[in-house]
Amino acid sequence: MLDLNHIRAQFPILKTKMSGKPLIYFDNAATTLKPQGVINDVTRILSTQSVNIHRGDYQLSYDISNEYEEVRRSVAKFINADVNEIVFTSGATEGLNAIAYGLEHHLNEGDVILTTHTDHASNLLPWFEVAKRRKAKIEYLKLTKEGRIDLSKLDQALHSKVKFITLVHVSNVLGFINPVEDIIRMAHQRNMAVILDGAQSVAHIKMDVKALDVDFLAWSGHKMCSPTGVGVLYGKKEWLDQLKSIKLGGGANAQFNEHGEVILKSVPTRFEAGTPAIESTIALKSALQFLQSVGMHQIHEHEVLLKNHFLSKIQDFKHITVYNPSTDTGIVIFNVEGIFAQDAAAYLSSHGIAVRAGNHCAKLIHHVIGVTETLRASFYVYNTVEEVDHLVEVLREITLEKCVDLYI
Amino acid sequence: MDINDPQLMRSIIMDHYQYPRNRRECHDHDCKSVHMNSESCIDDIMVYVKLDHDIIKDFSFTGQACTISTASTSILSELVKGKTLNEAKQIIMEYRKMVNLESFDAETLEEAVAFSNIGKQANRIKCALIGWDALSQIIAESEE
Repeated sequence: MLDLNHIRAQFPILKTKMSGKPLIYFDNAATTLKPQGVINDVTRILSTQSVNIHRGDYQLSYDISNEYEEVRRSVAKFINADVNEIVFTSGATEGLNAIAYGLEHHLNEGDVILTTHTDHASNLLPWFEVAKRRKAKIEYLKLTKEGRIDLSKLDQALHSKVKFITLVHVSNVLGFINPVEDIIRMAHQRNMAVILDGAQSVAHIKMDVKALDVDFLAWSGHKMCSPTGVGVLYGKKEWLDQLKSIKLGGGANAQFNEHGEVILKSVPTRFEAGTPAIESTIALKSALQFLQSVGMHQIHEHEVLLKNHFLSKIQDFKHITVYNPSTDTGIVIFNVEGIFAQDAAAYLSSHGIAVRAGNHCAKLIHHVIGVTETLRASFYVYNTVEEVDHLVEVLREITLEKCVDLYI
Repeated sequence: MDINDPQLMRSIIMDHYQYPRNRRECHDHDCKSVHMNSESCIDDIMVYVKLDHDIIKDFSFTGQACTISTASTSILSELVKGKTLNEAKQIIMEYRKMVNLESFDAETLEEAVAFSNIGKQANRIKCALIGWDALSQIIAESEE
């Protein structure tokens, strides 16, 4: 069992209120809350060390540059990568874009990029664009009725035209952990590369890129308790060497002349043009330390415990439909009969409960669950059984009348 | 209509949400349509307007939307059908005053007064305006 009092004490926002009620935060798939260690890093750097990295020959810059590079080592260790395989980005979206556009030159007319209907816009849209430019094709892995990847159809899907497989590790809507070990193994037997969107996985389940043998992985810091503005792109060294940089500028080049001849720095620095979110990146290390202090296995177990508790409590509610009852993680999507998702979310908000309503940026998901708009509750390490019980009680008594009354 | 009767106001909104009026497509060649999806919420509606010179002959809509968007667009459809463009503009103007919490003419707005307090919920004003903005856009385009 986790020491929830100790964990919650590290998150000052949990002492605040929303709509006059104690905040119950169940929108962790959108972003996570920030622990004191992360907050301290940001205030420390902005208060006393707000200088640039890799530029100045003075002590302050030297110290902050060292600290910045130390984070790269921490991240590498966290996912069992080598330090020169870690590229800092602004978030998963930038990372996934960098991969798609950076691999564009590998695609020829008729080549296929394989993905899923459960993927997020950030992993689909860049590939749609790249496919259009290269006259390549997007194909989708077959899913089972409940929305899991159908492994029995995998062999057929990995045909000779497939170049890249890019998919979400944990769906931000269905909460399923995709069987990426099998997919990667089969893909490599056929010389295809696999790209993982780790936005919902790296902060929730133990990640070992070497054991997984994945070629690329991108995720966001803010979904793992760090500030916004920082993310990580992992790539196997041999793949990063082949990746074209989509962002050129200061810090990324070694030399250039007036004839437009540019020599880029080596990997990973060549991908990091421009001044990054220094304080956010440094705070990422404290976020990792917080996660490690709890333990990734324990975090996952706790989310599953809360999810199971929630599902068992609402299973007799005839007015609630759950679309992913077999979810593997702390992500549950549901609807209240007769109440539009956004209205139900507004009602929950009036009780201090934060959940997301909508299509969750996975606009192809209606092919899987048959509806476009849902409520999503996503649990994380600092949530409690009592908070889930409160959500259950509000859902027990929710009616359309009560939702409408908020506006009268 | 007693604007201070919360039960009546609630029943108007619920009735128009559960049984929206004029919720249908219009693909006639003389039917103008506009697709509205607000950035602040997840509403996604199509509004169809058929004009006969300066008369609004038909107003209908389709799509996925919240209570406020659906009910306010349904009420709008009943208010403006058969009206002239100038009359419709007058109604829209009074409605905009109301949602901005300014004084307004309740008689012109009929059932739309159910949204007289929506202005206090800044994050839902766009929902209350989604169909109304669509009609304003179509009227403006027809006058170009």
